Amino acid sequence: MNPDAADGAPVVLAARRIAKSFNGVQVLFSVNFELRAGEIHALMGENGAGKSTLVKILSGFEQPTSGEILLDGQPVKLPPNGQAEQLGIVIIHQEFNLAEHLTVTESLFLGREVTRYGVLDRKFMRAETRRVLDQLGSHVDENALISSLSIADKQMVEIAKAISRDARIIFMDEPTAVLSREETNYLFRQVRKLREEGTSFVFVSHKLDEVMELTDRVTVLRDGQWVKTAPTAILDGESIAQLMVGRELSSLYPSKQEPSVDEEVTLAVAGLSTHYVKDASFEVRKGEILGFSGLIGSGRSELMEAVAGLRSRLSGEVSVRGESVPGGDVHAANRVGIAYMTKDRKHKGLLLNSRMTANLTLQSLDKHGHYGYLSPKSEAEALERARRRFDIRVRDGRVVAGRMSGGNQQKLLLAKVMETEPDVIIIDEPTRGIDVGTKQQIYHFISALARDGKSIIVVSSEMPEIIGLCTRVAVMREGRIVGILEGEEISEQEIMRYSAGLKKKTAA
Amino acid sequence: MTASEDAVETKGKGRSWRDVDLRAVAPFAALALLLIVGALVNPNFIGFTNLANVATRSAFIAIIAVGATFVISSGDLDLSVGAMVAFVASLMILFMNSGAIADPSLMLTAAMVLTVVIGAGCGLLNGLITTVGKIEPFIATLGTMGIYRGLTTWLSQGGAITLREPELQALYRPVYFGSIFGVPVPIAVILVVTAIAAFVLYRMRYGRHVVAVGSNRDVARYSGIPVDRVRTIAFVIQGLCVAIAVLLYVPRLGSTSATTGILWELQAITAVVVGGTALKGGAGRVWGTICGAFILELVGNIMLLSNFISEYLIGAIQGAIIIIAMLVQRSLVRKS
Repeated sequence: MNPDAADGAPVVLAARRIAKSFNGVQVLFSVNFELRAGEIHALMGENGAGKSTLVKILSGFEQPTSGEILLDGQPVKLPPNGQAEQLGIVIIHQEFNLAEHLTVTESLFLGREVTRYGVLDRKFMRAETRRVLDQLGSHVDENALISSLSIADKQMVEIAKAISRDARIIFMDEPTAVLSREETNYLFRQVRKLREEGTSFVFVSHKLDEVMELTDRVTVLRDGQWVKTAPTAILDGESIAQLMVGRELSSLYPSKQEPSVDEEVTLAVAGLSTHYVKDASFEVRKGEILGFSGLIGSGRSELMEAVAGLRSRLSGEVSVRGESVPGGDVHAANRVGIAYMTKDRKHKGLLLNSRMTANLTLQSLDKHGHYGYLSPKSEAEALERARRRFDIRVRDGRVVAGRMSGGNQQKLLLAKVMETEPDVIIIDEPTRGIDVGTKQQIYHFISALARDGKSIIVVSSEMPEIIGLCTRVAVMREGRIVGILEGEEISEQEIMRYSAGLKKKTAA
Repeated sequence: MTASEDAVETKGKGRSWRDVDLRAVAPFAALALLLIVGALVNPNFIGFTNLANVATRSAFIAIIAVGATFVISSGDLDLSVGAMVAFVASLMILFMNSGAIADPSLMLTAAMVLTVVIGAGCGLLNGLITTVGKIEPFIATLGTMGIYRGLTTWLSQGGAITLREPELQALYRPVYFGSIFGVPVPIAVILVVTAIAAFVLYRMRYGRHVVAVGSNRDVARYSGIPVDRVRTIAFVIQGLCVAIAVLLYVPRLGSTSATTGILWELQAITAVVVGGTALKGGAGRVWGTICGAFILELVGNIMLLSNFISEYLIGAIQGAIIIIAMLVQRSLVRKS
């Protein structure tokens, strides 16, 4: 908290009665917003509430339909396409804007390379990059290739880039979505440090605990309308969630149902190794939700991809109800009933330029016709069923997936995976980047599937999610399963001890 | 918006004009515009005989471009098609000249089957080099282009390979020059090939796989689609289309040489792109491709019939067309 700065400090950027419509559909209604010097201002709301649109307008990427923007009290028209950078307004996107083949230094100076007599002054640029990184307390090598960096370090480079361009106002859209807890703490330290120097942040996030921890004030939007702006100190997570949803969130997580011990084992994995994963063994019973926790890079996704046949395995057995599944064969894994739902819905899950139907049936086209012919009627019926079952809400059924909100995309992806009628469903990060209302729905879908007798594996970096949903939790660290926790053992502290390497027990 | 659904829905239940995808319509609008321009330039232009002639002459490129639509939709590229035409046609004529089978109609049938098999084989080779060899399709087919062209030059010893048997010539001639119910055979072949291709691309599982592989290989892989097989089959389809074009080409002149089909790969790619298929994959428009091939031939025809542009500029005009088509496409994308 930094109440002094938040209270008396001058307003650097303000939006007055901003409205915006796209093709006649109004997405923002007379929204007011104020950002003071040296404050961290959280912008919250469900998916589709208008956060991203407001951020784009305040950073010049979109022009408002009406209303005005004040920079240091003066009305301005922000220049488009990121040129607002020159005014000190920088946006750090959810998907990084870094070219993988450049070095850190080249990325930092991209588009404003320093030259001497027309030749790149590489020495100066390297030194300058080092200075900025040191200032941030980052140990990233200025000569490293972007592609070699961890996600957290890439984020650091983005921030360094912002600082080196004398940013006064930094928009961060879900910066922690892909970060582990430690990496998040590290990021927050840097952000606080910059705040002390007078930089202002707009922090868009769905994670209530982080908002409580980091920010000075909170502005909540709902359905394109401004709902409330208040100091974070007088709010709590529950009240923010209520402001966002506009209704009481009775229970985020459905009640747990433990399968009986003599329930049959659906999925058995024994001694599975890949290049990174070492000797992983676990079982999932019918109707069970098994959690997989661990830090980013602990090998959870790699293990799951190997189980689902998306990655070849070096050794080990995977079997479903006693039937052995050959390695590296997605089709075979699908046939015996294993389905994997990727965490990367935009790049590995959905065809963003295709409509809902094409996405929904992509994995299960065999069901919709004979001899390779597809029946449009059968596909349309499948879509109708999926929309009802998973409550996919879109105005126009012909919309392409890329234009749908994150929550609806996630529901569509879940529907797509469920179309293969799997018995074992591996869900990697079930709620990444979606709002709290949709999260609740997804948790209830998962719980209902388990009650239907499906075996479910939930891989998640969000600890509350794992604790709220799962009856057993496997913790991974550096490619190994270091413990499988049950009942009372399942707590944030205990999981942390295992994933940090403080505690260890052999896999059950 | 995928092409597949466009095609399914253009027969449209209650589509309003706002829903019409401008990119799908643009090539047909351009074609209509060309027809009007042509009619103004020369009244003979719009006559049935002239237009039927133009369509007949566009057959080779049109059919090859239908195959290219599959390859490009799946995110690849085949530069070898022009050389493949020369190579496959040479082998076909050499086989017919060999006199291996005495009965002419049996001989012709065998030669046609052989042509289709060789075409598919050439396509398969391209596909395997690209997928199993994991070589960029641009490079892989640049290599096979050199190979097919070089083999043709060697087979013909730098000269021409000519169909010698007069009886076979007489028997084969109608395949290009004949007509069915008043429709010239090449036009009928274009329509049949395109209809089948459209069915495969829009209504069959394989077509959906092609679009998925072309728009995002990772999504396709995570959806359990055998990506490499889909890509390879697209190259085989391209080979089959080249073979069909050869079947029409040989009876026309009864001869091939090392320069047969030169730059046809560029014309085929131009037809595909003018027709509205994205060069980066993920959206195939088969009827648009046919429209594109027809536009290319029409432009040449208009230049011949008019007197103010030299016909030697045809290549330059066609080059300009592909650039203009891309610019128009891009501006349409921005608006939508």
